[in-house]
Amino acid sequence: MPPTARPRQPGRRLSRLVNIGIPYLWLGIFFLLPFVIVLQISLAEPRLAQPPYTALAEWLGDGVLSIRLDLQNYLLVLSDDIYLAAFMNSLKVAFFCTLLCLLIGYPMAYAIATAPSRWRIPLLMLIILPFWTSFLIRVYAWIGILQTSGFLNNFLLWLGLIDEPLAILYTQTAIYIGIVYSYLPFMILPLYANLTRLDRTLLEAAADLGCRPFRAFVRVTLPLSRAGIIAGCMLVFIPVVGEFVIPDLLGGPDTLMVGRMLWTEFFSNVDWPLASALAILLLGLLVIPFVLMQRWQLAAEDPDR
Amino acid sequence: MRRGRWPLFTILAFGYAFLYIPVALLVIFSFNESRLVTVWSGFSTKWYAELFRNQQLLEAAWLSIRIAAVNATFAVLLGTLSANALVRHRRFRGRGGFELLLTAPLVMPDVIIGLSLLLLFVALQQGIGWPDGRGFTTITIAHITFSLAYVAVVVRARLSQLDRSLEEAAMDLGARPLTVYLRITLPLIAPALLSGWLLAFTLSLDDLVVASFVSGPGSTTLPMVIYASVRMGVSPQINALATLIMLFVALAVVVASLALRSQAKDRGHRTNARR
Repeated sequence: MPPTARPRQPGRRLSRLVNIGIPYLWLGIFFLLPFVIVLQISLAEPRLAQPPYTALAEWLGDGVLSIRLDLQNYLLVLSDDIYLAAFMNSLKVAFFCTLLCLLIGYPMAYAIATAPSRWRIPLLMLIILPFWTSFLIRVYAWIGILQTSGFLNNFLLWLGLIDEPLAILYTQTAIYIGIVYSYLPFMILPLYANLTRLDRTLLEAAADLGCRPFRAFVRVTLPLSRAGIIAGCMLVFIPVVGEFVIPDLLGGPDTLMVGRMLWTEFFSNVDWPLASALAILLLGLLVIPFVLMQRWQLAAEDPDR
Repeated sequence: MRRGRWPLFTILAFGYAFLYIPVALLVIFSFNESRLVTVWSGFSTKWYAELFRNQQLLEAAWLSIRIAAVNATFAVLLGTLSANALVRHRRFRGRGGFELLLTAPLVMPDVIIGLSLLLLFVALQQGIGWPDGRGFTTITIAHITFSLAYVAVVVRARLSQLDRSLEEAAMDLGARPLTVYLRITLPLIAPALLSGWLLAFTLSLDDLVVASFVSGPGSTTLPMVIYASVRMGVSPQINALATLIMLFVALAVVVASLALRSQAKDRGHRTNARR
């Protein structure tokens, strides 16, 4: 019975006010409002003071309000190759990491979803568990594995596959490994949720009609799991574009990524306006994948749409 | 059919190996005698002893735990309200915006959340004099803001699966809606509240980026200490710390999942009885 069909209760107005109003207010102040301020400061000029940016609006007296919008930060970001390279590299890394997560995550999610039912929950718990343990520590673990005298090189040397240690740590490869490792659960969970709901009778029908398993997979399972694929891909892609910790700890000093650039502008160069401009551009870049995710999430929740 | 499953199981085995070998190595080498974290030279617990003598680290850990606990409590409160709003008030003006605001923190890059909140706090301090400086309060507010979205996901899932017949029975017997919510609904969604609390706690305990932006002098959290130390290179002390954190989290998760399981069993009985 839909809740709206129930008779109106006197407490319902209050319940509505509390349940919707309080979180809305909180997120409005601490999540939405900050973006307005970031936009504002991205149009300011840096200065050596506390806070390190100029005010946009200024009373000059006699009823004159002077508003100064400085587009310098955006012009600098858009004209300087280094920022452009950082954006391009972030997108590239995010794209290939998402693809790798999908290629590894899909078969894993499929295997879990089709496993005997008593195995499913333990197998799923094993996927979720690393997600609960510290992200920073899991990235740290890879330093010990990938460094020149690390486990991987020792192991490969011992196998006799290589004669001298490979330089993996502080390269783009290390970033790929770290990101795929950290974000794999985010890909597997929505895929699993989707694949367990899959109507098995459709596959049986396909088999009865003489469809080979692989063809049935491509024609039936894959299209039906589209919502899960998109949700998983966006859950990986969007945060990875702005990732800071992994490129900083596993990548080399010359690895350009937006998240790291923003961090450097803010902490090392104390250029808050430029960091803000980078944040605004990064946000703009992420709007499309985010809208895509939102639309598919709604579609997945409500199959009638 | 059975033969056809082998490739899947191979992939699964490799996948789990990929997820767990790094963590396993980390734990094993926290008991290594040598300062080198990749060459085994004998069993020792000296790194744990050294850990407990590291005053800076202990202080940071205590600060992080306090922030995480306050954060988790508020996040559960706000996240549960949000879940109520989404599940129990299906149609309201601004629902789309509400859902957007609850989804965005899940994927928003940390650097953006951190920078934007810092700029807000600075602007607020200039405008209304609050918050006075940055530290515990600002970090906690920042953490609540993204944690509540995760809690909302967990609680919402549970709330929307809830069997409404008990609530309706109580309502028919004349219980007021608030009483029904507190006496019937809350106990039923308690496991979700517990796992939401734990999730918010670990998210806070784990956050480096957002906290770095919104912290002030004198408020160094545990991840900041770990990060500073990791940038210097690997150290067995960090391995020991990582092992303790993971042990702590694993225990909490086991407790939570046991609670969830017993609840699920209850529900199973009820559903069967109804049929």
